[in-house]
Amino acid sequence: MTVRPRPRRPSLTALIHAGAALLAGGSLAVTLWTGMEERPTALAFGVLVTVGELNRWTGARVREAAPLGAAGALSYALLGANAQEPSRHGAAQVVAVVLAAALVGCVPHVARGQGPVLDHLARRVLSVAFAAVCFQPLYNRGVFDHWEGPAYALLLLALLALTVLCDCVLAAALAHSRTGWPFGPLLRDELRALLGIGSAVCATGAVMALAVAVVGLWALPVFCLPLLLTQLSFRRYAAVRTTYRQTIASLARATEIAGYTPPGHARRVAELSRAVGRDLGLTRPELAVLESAALMHDIGQLSLVDPVPAGATADLPGPEQRRIALLGGAVVRQTGVDPSVAVVVERQADPYREQPVAARIVRAVNAYEEKVQGAGPGGPLTALEDLRLATAGDYAPDVVESLARVLARDCLTVPSAG
Amino acid sequence: MEAVPARARAYVAGLVVVTLCCLLPLPETHAPWWAVVLLASLYAGGEQAAARRRFAGTFYPVLLAGAFLLPPPAAALVPVPGALLSRAEQRPHALRRIWRAAQLALAVWAAGRVHEALGGQDAVRTPDFPYVLVAAGAAVLAFCLALTALEGGILALAERVPVRRAWRGLFVRSLAPVAVHGLAGLMMAVLWRSPYGPVAALLVLLPMCVSWWVFAQSSRERAAHRATIRALVQAVDIKDGYTRGHSERVGQASMMIARELGMDDARVEVLRFAGILHDVGKLGVPTRLLRKDGPLTPEERRVIELHPEYGHEMVRGIGFLGEARAAVLHHHERLDGSGYPYGLMGSQIPESARVVAVADAFDAMTSTRSYRRARPVPAALEELGRCAGAQFDPRMVAALVRALAREGWHPAVTADEERPGLPAPPVPDRQGARR
Repeated sequence: MTVRPRPRRPSLTALIHAGAALLAGGSLAVTLWTGMEERPTALAFGVLVTVGELNRWTGARVREAAPLGAAGALSYALLGANAQEPSRHGAAQVVAVVLAAALVGCVPHVARGQGPVLDHLARRVLSVAFAAVCFQPLYNRGVFDHWEGPAYALLLLALLALTVLCDCVLAAALAHSRTGWPFGPLLRDELRALLGIGSAVCATGAVMALAVAVVGLWALPVFCLPLLLTQLSFRRYAAVRTTYRQTIASLARATEIAGYTPPGHARRVAELSRAVGRDLGLTRPELAVLESAALMHDIGQLSLVDPVPAGATADLPGPEQRRIALLGGAVVRQTGVDPSVAVVVERQADPYREQPVAARIVRAVNAYEEKVQGAGPGGPLTALEDLRLATAGDYAPDVVESLARVLARDCLTVPSAG
Repeated sequence: MEAVPARARAYVAGLVVVTLCCLLPLPETHAPWWAVVLLASLYAGGEQAAARRRFAGTFYPVLLAGAFLLPPPAAALVPVPGALLSRAEQRPHALRRIWRAAQLALAVWAAGRVHEALGGQDAVRTPDFPYVLVAAGAAVLAFCLALTALEGGILALAERVPVRRAWRGLFVRSLAPVAVHGLAGLMMAVLWRSPYGPVAALLVLLPMCVSWWVFAQSSRERAAHRATIRALVQAVDIKDGYTRGHSERVGQASMMIARELGMDDARVEVLRFAGILHDVGKLGVPTRLLRKDGPLTPEERRVIELHPEYGHEMVRGIGFLGEARAAVLHHHERLDGSGYPYGLMGSQIPESARVVAVADAFDAMTSTRSYRRARPVPAALEELGRCAGAQFDPRMVAALVRALAREGWHPAVTADEERPGLPAPPVPDRQGARR
C-alpha cells in the first residue's frame, strides 16, 4: 500500500452532498407532481424512520448510528407488497418519504448542535435511492414476478447487501475527503464493521419488507421492538465505552498530576500516535489498542520514588527505560484493559526491530513529544532530525517518516468525524 | 454444590416422568419432522455458539417459534438435544443437563398447548392479525410461568431457599425479555408459514444475535471499567503502602451510611465510588512525603493538604462519577469551616463529602497504621460522636452508628484478593514484574 501525503479534497464532499441534494430535490418534485401513492404505508414507514433517527446517538465511534432508521428506510425501498397486495409506490416517493422523515428526526440533533448531520443525511438519501432505484422500477414493471418464495427473500437480501456495500464506499470516501486519512484502511474498517450492526440492518430490512408483504403494517410495531432493543443495547455499549475511555484518560493523567510528566503529555502522545497509526494503515481495533497504550505509556513512572526530571524518559539509559516500561506493563495488566495494551506499554523501550508496530509508534512519538517540549520554535524540525539520526536502532524509519508526513499535513487539529 | 439433596434428585426424576408423559402422543402426531430437526439443530447450534462466544442470551425465539408452529409434543422435543449437549458449569453435569432439558421441554409444551387451545396455529397460517398477538401473548405467558415455577421449585429443593423468596421477582424479571423473544418467535413463525418459507424466518435471528453480542460486549466492557477504577486506587497503593485496603473500606462505610440515609441505589453506588476514590489525589503528592515516618513540618503538611484538589483534577473528566467528584474535592472540609481546601461551612459542604468524611475518619481510627494501633469500633464511634457538629455532620455519624449496630463491621477487601501480580511495594530493581 502506498501512502503519500494527500491534499484535502473538500470538493469530493461537496460533490456527494450536491448529488444527494439534487436527488432529493428531484424526488420531491416528482412526488409532488404525481402525488403520493398509498399514504398510510408511507406515513407508517415515515414514522418508523423518524423514530429511528430520533434515537440516533452521536459522538460515539460507531458505523451506523441509527440502525432502526436505516432498516426502516431500506425496507420501504424494497417493499413489494402490503398484506399480499402489490404496492404501487415508486423510487421517487421512497426517497421523498425517507428524506422528510430523516429531516424531522434530525431536528433535535441540530438543535443541540451535535454531530455532522449533513453527511449522515447525504448517505441516507443516496443509499436509499440506490436500493429503491434498483428495485422499484423493475418490480413495478413485473420483472420479479417469476421470483417466488425463498428466491424472492434471497433477492431482497442480495440487493440490501449490495446497497450496504455501496454505503460503505460512500462513508469511507466522505471520511477520506474530510480527514485526508488513507482510503484503503478506512474502507477496510467500514467493511469490517459491516459484520456487526451492518448485517443486523440488512437482515432487519429484508425481514420487515417481507413481513409487511405478508401481514401488512402490523409487522412494523411487532418487529420494531426487538430492533429497538438492539439499538438501545448499542447505545448502552457506546455509553460504557465512553466512560471507560474517560477513566483511562484519568488514569493517564495520574502521572501528570503526580508531577512525573508535563501536563497534557499523555493526551498529545495519544493523539499524535493515533494520527501516525492511521497514516500507517492500522485497523480500528489496532488503533484503539494504540491509543490506550499511548495514554498509559508513562504509568510505570508512578512506581519511581522520585520523578525523572521533566518526565523525559527518552534521554534515560536503555536499561532504565526498559525497567520503567516493564513496571508500566505490570500496572496496565491490573487495569483489565486488553492485554495487548500491556504488551505495547512493556515493549515501548525495546529496539524497534523487536517491537510490535504500536510500540514502535509510541516510542517514536513519545521521544518526539519530549524533545519538542520547551525547545522553542525550531524544536519540531530539530526533534525530527534527532529521530531520523537514531533510526539505526531505536526508532523505526517508516514510523519516523510517517510522523514527518503527519506533522507536515498538520493533522494535529483532530477532525470531528471519526 | 457437590452433594445434591435426594429430594432435588427426586424432583428432577419426577419432571422427567412428566415430560415423557407429555411426549407420549408423539407417534400419533402429524408433525413436519424436518422442521423439528431443523429447529432443534438450530437451537443446539445456537446454544453451543453462545456458550463458546459468551453471548448473553438464550435462543428462546427458536423454542417459541417451535411452540407456535408445531403440535405441542413435537415442539417439546425442540429444546431437548440442545439442553442435553449444553455445557454445565458445575457438577453434577449429567443431572444439570437433564434438569435443563426437562424444564425447557415442559415450558415449551405448556406454551404450545395454550397456543393450540386458543387456535393460534390457524391464526399464524392466515395470518390473522391482531388475533395472532393474543394467542402468542398467552403462550408466552404460559412459557414464562412454567419456566419460573419449575426454576423456583429446584431452588427451593436443592439450595434450600425459602419457597416464597425463590419465586419472588423471578417471574417479573424474566417476563420482559421473554416477551421480546416471543415477538421474534412470532415473526419467525409467521414468515415460516408465508410463501417465503424458513429462509426468511431464519433472518429474524440475525438481529437478535447481534443484540446478544452487543450485550455481552458491554458487560465485558463494564467489567474492564471497574478494573480500571480499581487500578486508579491501586496506583495510590503503589505510592502509599500503609493505607492498603483503606480506600475499599471507606467505600464500604460510605455505602452503608448512604443506604441508611435512604438514598436510591444509583446514588449509593456513586457514594461507594466516592469513598473508593477519595484519596486518589495522593498520587500527586511526592512519594517521599507519603512514606515519611515521624512528624511533618508545616511546609510538608501544606503539600499533603493539596491532595483533594489533585484528586478532583484527576476524576473531574469521568462523567459517571457525578457527585462523587465533589466528595473527592471536599472530604477534608469540616462543619465549623476549619477544614481544607476551601474552608466551607455547614450545608455549603456537599452531602456526599460529608458522608465520605465520616467514613474516612472511622476507617482511619479502626485500622492499624505504622505509627499507632487500631482502636476498637465502639471507641471510634464515641470519638466520632464527640466531633459531630464541629467536624462531622451529626446525621451521617448517627447513620453510621445505626448501620453498624444492625450489620456490624465486616470490612471485605476485594482488591486484595484480585491482585495476584501487583508489584507491591515496588523495589527499585524489579525486572520480574512483567508476569
